[in-house]
Amino acid sequence: MFGVVFLMIFIGYPVAFSLAGVALIFSVIGVYYGFFDYALLTAFPERVFGVMSNQILLAVPFFIFMGTMLERSKLAEDLLRTIGLLFGPLRGGLALAVVFVGTLLAAATGVVGASVVAMGMISLPVMMRYGYSKELSSGVICASGTLGQIVPPSVVLVVLADQLQVSVGDLFVGSLVPGLMLAGLYALYVIVTAYIKPETAPAMPKEEREAASGKLAGQVVRALLPPLVLILVVLGSIFLGVATPTEAGALGAVGAMLLAKLNGRLTLDALRGTMQETTKLTTMVIFLLIGSTLFSLVFRGLYGDIWIEDLLTSLPGGRIGLLVACNLAVFLLGFFIDFFEIAFIILPLMVPAARVLGIEGDEMVWFGVMLGMNLQTSFLTPPFGFSLFYLRGVAPKEIPTSAIYRGVLPFIGIQLIGLAIVVFFPQVVTGML
Amino acid sequence: MHPLLQLSRTIDRLSRAVYSAVCWLTLAMVFIGAFNAIARYGDKYMPIRLSSNGWIELQWYLFSLVFLLAAPYAIRLDSHVRVDVFYGRLSARGKVWIDLVGGIVFLVPFCIFGFWYAWPSAMQSLDIREVSPDPGGLARWPIKLMVPVAFVLLTLQGIAEIIRQALYLSRKVTALEAGLEKQTTEASS
Repeated sequence: MFGVVFLMIFIGYPVAFSLAGVALIFSVIGVYYGFFDYALLTAFPERVFGVMSNQILLAVPFFIFMGTMLERSKLAEDLLRTIGLLFGPLRGGLALAVVFVGTLLAAATGVVGASVVAMGMISLPVMMRYGYSKELSSGVICASGTLGQIVPPSVVLVVLADQLQVSVGDLFVGSLVPGLMLAGLYALYVIVTAYIKPETAPAMPKEEREAASGKLAGQVVRALLPPLVLILVVLGSIFLGVATPTEAGALGAVGAMLLAKLNGRLTLDALRGTMQETTKLTTMVIFLLIGSTLFSLVFRGLYGDIWIEDLLTSLPGGRIGLLVACNLAVFLLGFFIDFFEIAFIILPLMVPAARVLGIEGDEMVWFGVMLGMNLQTSFLTPPFGFSLFYLRGVAPKEIPTSAIYRGVLPFIGIQLIGLAIVVFFPQVVTGML
Repeated sequence: MHPLLQLSRTIDRLSRAVYSAVCWLTLAMVFIGAFNAIARYGDKYMPIRLSSNGWIELQWYLFSLVFLLAAPYAIRLDSHVRVDVFYGRLSARGKVWIDLVGGIVFLVPFCIFGFWYAWPSAMQSLDIREVSPDPGGLARWPIKLMVPVAFVLLTLQGIAEIIRQALYLSRKVTALEAGLEKQTTEASS
């Protein structure tokens, strides 16, 4: 059944309905041969209702709304420009700005495609114009856009917390240090590259800086501080336990609208675009969850879950074996399917096995962060990585695909270092909890 | 125009109207969510109680309405996520074939199943005029009733898609007339 569902998903029909359809076909076969009790399916409306009234998932549309609002009102673009100017005198300054903004803003949208596309469209032309090498530009954009996924507050982490049955706040806290660590390593790489090979990451020309320098302070106050404060307030209130992630998300969304309004950018177009994007993405995510709910209901009815659990817990090496198997599976699947599908289809199978082997509480948070980082690496790895496809889609023709591939290689290296740190020093995740 | 295609377009219009309406609910949701967050704090310092289970429940009612009722038009907009490793390389007709078969084998059976199972539970809720177990909560049956309603709308949209795909594949109408230009132009570019 698992094999069939993967085959079906790969054919390309929308995943949510493929999952549900395959589940139904198998339940019919199961009932026919007498090893499936169709009464199990009566639990389906109850499950759907559970999704509807789930307080954690309620945060999903709020964070999407906040992120999309910042993007549609072009506040994100302003932010990038301003930071670019601020770091402009420095060699590699623009690339640093990309790392910074990617970490900060991509977080709220949560879908790999959306963040890489947005970053690519805004910053790639600017970097090209200032003479950055194609490799460095595309590498830094892919990596930073993808990084946003595991830096709080991200929609992906909300969904992940729901699936791992840990609190969203804990997962946000746990992923903060590893996320910032990766961002720091990216920045370090950019600085070192700019130092060794200045021609790949030049500073902004002097004239341009001087022309802008007068207005720079004003721009920093206007374009940089407000979104920064917004994200920090949202995160801070969750970390301090002042607000639940759902509440913080709702306030953040209102805050984003307020910022847009203050900048005179809250047009009907921007608002409508934001609402439509929020509706579409929320529907997509939740229906995926509903489809996989039906799938796992039937899968369980056929005792598939017990089979997988046995398989995973009886691996040689116990916990180590499980971790290796899970990481390997997630890395390979990440080539083809996005974060949400993995969270909804694969994680529910891994989590019980992890529990049996004593991965609980704080360690479950660590498990989640580790898989998240792993997936992110997977999204960057040629030839299949998602981020690469998306950047290819928006990159100008002069940038050959091979440049994108070469460009991400160092970042994959950094990812692997980061992943190794998380695996061998779980304290970076659990220390803050 | 082909009469069946007209039926498809009528269903499209219905789905789109519902979708456009629920888009606005996201905005309402954001404000209500923010209100709830502030009210929870306000209650501590003010003599009147602002927050209520009613408002808190309204928040997830709206959330449910958004994804339940936007799902049909999301099919039309092709925003349900696909894995396009293979799909992306197919010809225009190949893509439409997959969507046609998927619609018949997966989507429509799932919708009928969803309706079949959600209907009795919604009716039961309606019969007893189910309300929220929490004080000040909202009536529960209307939102439960939306589940079978959503599956009916999804079924309709599924049928609308199947009609246009079948007409296109049998060369009775062009891709543009069928409203399949999205699938077909991407392949040629």
